[in-house]
Amino acid sequence: MLKDITIGQFFPGKSPIHRMDSRVKLLLTVAFIVMLFLAKNMYSLGIGVIFTLVTYLISDIPFKMILKSLKPIMPILIFTSILNLLFIRTGDVYWEWKIIKITSDGVDTAVFMTVRIICLIVGSSLLTYTTSPIDLTDGLEKLLSPLKKIRVPVHELAMMMTIALRFIPTLIEETDKIMAAQKARGADMETGSIIKRAKALVPILIPLFVSSFRRAEELALAMECRCYHGGEGRTRLKQLKMHLVDLIAALYVAAFIAGVVLVNIYVKK
Amino acid sequence: MSVIKTEALTYVYGEGTPFRKVAVDNVDLEIEEGEFIGVIGHTGSGKSTLIQHFNGLLKPTSGSIYIDGEKLWEDKARLRAIRFKVGLVFQYPEYQLFEETCYKDIAFGPKNMGLSEEEIDKRVRETAKLFGISDAMLEKSPFELSGGQKRRVAIAGVMAMEPKVLILDEPASGLDPKGRSKILGLIREYHREKKNTVMLVSHSMEDVAKHCSRILVMNSAKIFCYDTPVNVFGRASELESMGLAVPQITRVFNRLKALGHDLGDEVYTVGYGKELLLNSLRKKQGGEP
Repeated sequence: MLKDITIGQFFPGKSPIHRMDSRVKLLLTVAFIVMLFLAKNMYSLGIGVIFTLVTYLISDIPFKMILKSLKPIMPILIFTSILNLLFIRTGDVYWEWKIIKITSDGVDTAVFMTVRIICLIVGSSLLTYTTSPIDLTDGLEKLLSPLKKIRVPVHELAMMMTIALRFIPTLIEETDKIMAAQKARGADMETGSIIKRAKALVPILIPLFVSSFRRAEELALAMECRCYHGGEGRTRLKQLKMHLVDLIAALYVAAFIAGVVLVNIYVKK
Repeated sequence: MSVIKTEALTYVYGEGTPFRKVAVDNVDLEIEEGEFIGVIGHTGSGKSTLIQHFNGLLKPTSGSIYIDGEKLWEDKARLRAIRFKVGLVFQYPEYQLFEETCYKDIAFGPKNMGLSEEEIDKRVRETAKLFGISDAMLEKSPFELSGGQKRRVAIAGVMAMEPKVLILDEPASGLDPKGRSKILGLIREYHREKKNTVMLVSHSMEDVAKHCSRILVMNSAKIFCYDTPVNVFGRASELESMGLAVPQITRVFNRLKALGHDLGDEVYTVGYGKELLLNSLRKKQGGEP
């Protein structure tokens, strides 16, 4: 039921991508996004597609996960393709009916945009598939630490994110339990009008809120008992370190970006 | 006719994923009406999964369940009606309280059943009285009560639906000894009064031995045995190999027997044990004045 929702689901593994430093992975993901937006034509975008596929192969993540990560953005994909098809009116006309005109440019742009969005989502979900949430927030904290100079509470934000991520499965489990308990008392959540269904959520949300607050209080107390006082002077059990694999990864991404730029310049339609 | 019957009931968690786990494995079970059943088993032995099948919260991977002769999952629309027949009280039920007052919370189940106002009122007051909830408590917010009181209100919320079968998953966990025996005593009182079937999932052999007429032992997703306490606790060594223990008092008497003081075999409650001990003491004193 609720457990099927994947929020940045992490697949433990030993691939080179799993072994990379999370900071480097974050930066390279940004570089990857830049790469996709640098691509100006189908050929250079093709390089982006090849990059995405090859990286997936290296990462050992099952291919069906690609489909899974695409499922939630299907509406966006369909919406953008339809818009592009309908509103780009230049190029050769393929088909015309009243005010609707499908043109070659429209088809090209629709395909181009769709492929770009697919690559964007598939490629960047690789980051969360191969990095544990803790590593991810650690990396983020380190990357953002220069902002401390201008008094941005980087550590606190990262800690909040870590806690939030940590409690998502717990809350899902709790919601499942409360739902089962109220169903056992005959609560009906599946039928009736929208208003009736919204009202049926009350018996679930109230206990959930109550227990979340209780949990938050207990957690705060437990953290204080262990002398937590913010990021000041805090050291880490796991130090982030860069290895050879990170350097290779950086070069690998750089090579593909160079490829995209070169194809942009030399291969024209 | 048996009130609950299962045929080759199997439930698998996470089918098709690496986390696949058989939680209930090919279980055949028949439960007669009016019994007070204790369900025991190690953590992860499948007790909780099994009981969630009885009121249609979980759909079996294979096999079938009959409640009162009616097959579950044949007609999905009947599921709600079945849930009113089989009341299920989860572990830590106080976390599901949500209404402004205890009265309203207890009335939530009966209201869902579509009963009339008077009937709801009657049931709420009756259950509250039976379960030691005062009128003053009924008007309070459930969040003002103590842990044990909250627990009682939550259990009363299910009881007020007057289910044919009442299933309680560790109703006494996390309470102090006093609250524990109070809750269990009240549940027994309810059973005596209503003559309904009650199923009590518990970790405590003492509790099960004290209250139940029959005991269902689960071990690694299967039923190890379903029998009277005498027969179940007679298999002490097998129970121990499963990581379960017989009641402490039984262990004491088994040890005494091993030491050469055979005072009787079927000692499962402290009260009975005390009687036996006193009897034998008296005999001894009478024998050598």
